[in-house]
Amino acid sequence: MSAFAATQADFAQALTNPAQPVPIGLTTTDGRNDPLRFAVYRNNVFVGLTQALAKRFPVTRRLVGEEFFAGMARVYADAEKPASPLLFRYGDTFPDFIATFPPAASLPYLADLARLETALTRAYHAADVAPLGLDVLSAIAPDTLPRTVLLPHPSAAQLVSAWPVGTIWAAHQGEIVGTVASRAAETVIVARPVMDVGVHVVPANHAGFSAAVFEGATLGDAAARALDSDAAFDFGAALVGLVSLGAFSAVRLNGEEA
Amino acid sequence: MLTARPSAPTKLPSRAGLGLKPEHYAAILDDVPDIGFFEVHAENYMGSGGPPHRYLDAIARRYPLSLHGVGLSIGSARDLDTEHLKRLRSLVDRYRPHSFSEHLAWSTHDACFLNDLLPLPYTPETLARVTDHVDQTQQALGTRMLLENPSTYVLFAESTIGEVDFLDTVARRTGCGLLLDVNNVMVSAVNHRLDPFDYIDRFPVEHVGEIHLGGYDEAIDGAGERLLIDAHASAVRPDVFALYEHTLRRIGPVPTLVEWDNAVPDFVTLAAEAWRVDAALDAVRHAVADRAA
Repeated sequence: MSAFAATQADFAQALTNPAQPVPIGLTTTDGRNDPLRFAVYRNNVFVGLTQALAKRFPVTRRLVGEEFFAGMARVYADAEKPASPLLFRYGDTFPDFIATFPPAASLPYLADLARLETALTRAYHAADVAPLGLDVLSAIAPDTLPRTVLLPHPSAAQLVSAWPVGTIWAAHQGEIVGTVASRAAETVIVARPVMDVGVHVVPANHAGFSAAVFEGATLGDAAARALDSDAAFDFGAALVGLVSLGAFSAVRLNGEEA
Repeated sequence: MLTARPSAPTKLPSRAGLGLKPEHYAAILDDVPDIGFFEVHAENYMGSGGPPHRYLDAIARRYPLSLHGVGLSIGSARDLDTEHLKRLRSLVDRYRPHSFSEHLAWSTHDACFLNDLLPLPYTPETLARVTDHVDQTQQALGTRMLLENPSTYVLFAESTIGEVDFLDTVARRTGCGLLLDVNNVMVSAVNHRLDPFDYIDRFPVEHVGEIHLGGYDEAIDGAGERLLIDAHASAVRPDVFALYEHTLRRIGPVPTLVEWDNAVPDFVTLAAEAWRVDAALDAVRHAVADRAA
């Protein structure tokens, strides 16, 4: 290793391990090896990373409070550094971390709420593609509709949660926290068809259908699965409701290339 | 050393510019305030699409644009990330910025981004490395770049070259320009007990393509002495503004960015900082004209 590479490796090693001493060779004008000066760099790294998480997970932060969030983010940032300089992607694995972070166990919906917030940032930065219009759907011949597969829009994500995460998220958008009346499970769709990212709670009687369509089932298979559990399932209403969210970009016939 | 000299992009105007913040997109497009240019951190616009690109498209149509990288890690002992260079190239192609700049610093190690602009020793070995990286960047982007002087809190015992000489040599060998951050000069000078005016007076003015100004915070070091922190969380401090005015008297009018990246105020407060800078630029323009008359 070159002298330069060795110096940098020592610096990086000490930077991310606060228990380590200041690297030998770092000095001041009066020849001191000053831990407080090196601490500025350590602090910059962690403040920057925890601020990036606070920015990406505002509702998660609001749910646990600033202090708890800062502590939780600090533990995560200790273990997980960004994989690239694209900081808006930092925290993709934060929800999984929250799910296994014992101090957060008393809020069992917190990890899913954080998952919803990662989907929001991804949608915000996703590629711009025209959403699938209802006109395309209505032009499909009735006999080919069951074989049709809907392709998700680049901005779209579906979150199937055992908790009312969409309602909890929506209740924390204003200055005053709204009420969450039910603790029922929710399926939430995030999509940004044009400029604004939408968060949509799928009606409970359409949730199974929506999940199947997002997983790539044909409309026929998705409808059959929905009818199995609900004889009153309304295929037309569920399909129009789903496509209207702007969460799909194209259709494909099963067995054909997109 | 044989180095192709990429052409400089269209120049930024010698006026005050501001960092573009998402919270100000709408105000800027509604009011189209009289600001010399806007500067963006390249990494914030490396997503595939969405509002950041739509707003930047609209703003770049109305204002000169400076593209400022914070993640290339030019001062790294390791090779540059060619994927990151490609992402920068696609931004350069898409937005045709009037300037591209990066830092004499490193931020990536072992495929992990450390999210700070970290210092490097100044030796013949690091000089060769940085020179290669600047060359490679200019080739990859097809444009001349500006390299920014850092703010530092520590020195390296192994350094054998002064920072000004280091930057001057990189500029001469690669044809790159320099971004002179006057706040960084003050931060490093106080932290290392140097004279900031002497630093400015020795700086190779012929390479300076842009100036940065920002606000520092204050702390104390292990010896209980004053330690300045490059924070970008306040207005430009009076001593830095005085050093800036000194710099302008030496260099003449130069495009000048006010950096205010943390605790971002409302747009009116930012614009007031820009007007203060424009007034200083006008004053030096008049002084030059008076001398010529």
